[in-house]
Amino acid sequence: MLEIILIYGLVSASTLMLTALGFSLTFGLSGVANFAHGGMYLLAGYLTWALLNELGLPLLAAAPIAVVGTGLLGALIYQVVLRRVRGIHLSEVVATFAIGVAILESFRWLGFVTYDFTLPVFFEGSTTIGSAVVDYHRISIVVVALAMAGLIWVFTHYTKTGLALRGMAQDEYTALAVGVESDWAAMVSMALGSALAAVAAITILPLGIISINIGYDVLLISLAVTVLGGIESTRGLMAASLILGYATVLASNYLAPHWSEIIYMAAIVLTLIFKPSGIFGKFKELEERV
Amino acid sequence: MPSDQTRRERIDRGIKARTDDVFAVSSWRNILYLTLPRAVAIIALLSFPLLRIFVGAYWQNVLLITLAVSLTALSWNLLSSVGLVSLGQALFYGAGAYTTGYISQHLGLSPFLTIPLGTVGGAAICTLLLYPVLRLRGIYFALVTFAMPLLFIRVIDATKILGGAEGMTGLPALPSGAPELYALIAVTLGVAYGLQRLMDSDYGLVLQAIKDNDRSVIASGINIQWMKAQAVFMAALPATFAGTFVTHHYQFAGISTLGLENSILPLTAVIVGGAGPSAGALVGAFLLVPLSEALRAFGTLRVVVYSVVLVVFVVGLPEGIFHFAKRKYQQFERRVDLE
Repeated sequence: MLEIILIYGLVSASTLMLTALGFSLTFGLSGVANFAHGGMYLLAGYLTWALLNELGLPLLAAAPIAVVGTGLLGALIYQVVLRRVRGIHLSEVVATFAIGVAILESFRWLGFVTYDFTLPVFFEGSTTIGSAVVDYHRISIVVVALAMAGLIWVFTHYTKTGLALRGMAQDEYTALAVGVESDWAAMVSMALGSALAAVAAITILPLGIISINIGYDVLLISLAVTVLGGIESTRGLMAASLILGYATVLASNYLAPHWSEIIYMAAIVLTLIFKPSGIFGKFKELEERV
Repeated sequence: MPSDQTRRERIDRGIKARTDDVFAVSSWRNILYLTLPRAVAIIALLSFPLLRIFVGAYWQNVLLITLAVSLTALSWNLLSSVGLVSLGQALFYGAGAYTTGYISQHLGLSPFLTIPLGTVGGAAICTLLLYPVLRLRGIYFALVTFAMPLLFIRVIDATKILGGAEGMTGLPALPSGAPELYALIAVTLGVAYGLQRLMDSDYGLVLQAIKDNDRSVIASGINIQWMKAQAVFMAALPATFAGTFVTHHYQFAGISTLGLENSILPLTAVIVGGAGPSAGALVGAFLLVPLSEALRAFGTLRVVVYSVVLVVFVVGLPEGIFHFAKRKYQQFERRVDLE
């Protein structure tokens, strides 16, 4: 039993981290809370499904196309919509939330609600660790999640573009003074966040069927992990994913499965009440409260 | 002349300038200019419940929902003028519904007692819930309000308290028909007018100052935490009232009252109508709710249309319809040469 909880908790934590990575990146780098994250996630899932089943592409070709396509869509949303309301937080949230709902409900209206929509796993088969049976796909989720977090960390700490984006997040005026363009930086962060949503969708969705409500859950998970961990903090993201991942596994083992949603909500509300900057929040500590 | 050589200039219409002071009463034309828009709206609203044979019970029910959304939108307006942006008006609405449902089911009081008790009790509960997060601002406060009603839905669903997923049914009804509608119309107009007056008072100025520059309000020796708590209580009242009223109208209080729709509809109404003056919230609600009812036949496409309208307004007409129309009514535009 202990192995099962340890291993599945880790898988759950990796799922949460991968889901929230894109949202957290966009929010941390440009301050845009992309409430369309769930919509992008599901859009990438259906796009991959269509590429695989309608065009007959192999997964290795379909996945990159879906990731790049979703990233471009994110950039487009920034250019067409968000650019005009940049800095007005309410408008950003309302606009992205409305876009997300529009994407999700369009799929519902188009009839993407049957049980036919599944994505293939990366590797068939399973292995046993101790007394726990783990399929290879769940292991690959952990690997992809860690790889993505590592890539993002390297990107934001060691590349020129990444440093420019972080500079923007820390002090917009100083970054402008050294020649970083604000709109460009926000567009890149939005595109990266959307592309990460696609990566998460392609990696996580094979575990079950694709259904519309996943889109809303994804938004919820992203908010919970980002708020609990603290904005723009990779360590915070990991810590929050681990806490919430193990909490949900324990809750669904000892209580009932639908308690996991309560845990996400409670994490958001309690964090904002007791420590609004999150576990590892750094920069925003002064801004968010009086 | 190429367009980049001119600029747009807005000038008050003559009649607007004449009606700004005491000369407003110098001619019928001036008086009508000032009163006609309001009078037409109020008379149309007051005559609607009498037209039951022409419009049918269905559209009178739509009017009731519209008024409930208007009240919730007015509540949003007051919160936002203190700088608290709420994404969860359903919290207030649901608190009103559940409080009145609980009182009426457990104490068996008549609706004439449970509605005031539920309104004040629900508002008090919401104020206590939000008190710890009043320090937060901007998107952080918005996130809490977004998550809270959804959290309560899940908790009620999981723990089966307060009727669980089925909710509380068979609550006593209000006397239906015109009296019910008139009561709601009177409250809505009263709240709209009252909030407008409140914002013009000294007290309202302090509330608005908290939004504009909270630090200078602190420096003036005012406890903004306490002021914000008062504002939340006052803002909660119209929304909890709407919740209690609709609860007794449908004789039902359940988790749907805390649903996302009750948060999004008032927010959209304010965005489409225009934030700030009460009339903006009313204009938004009276355009959106009937539209949304008319689109009901299209299923979930309705939600898509709704979301697209929202994006278009946020990006294209962020001031809202009311401010736009008011400007057109009071000013004219012309192009002048750039100096």
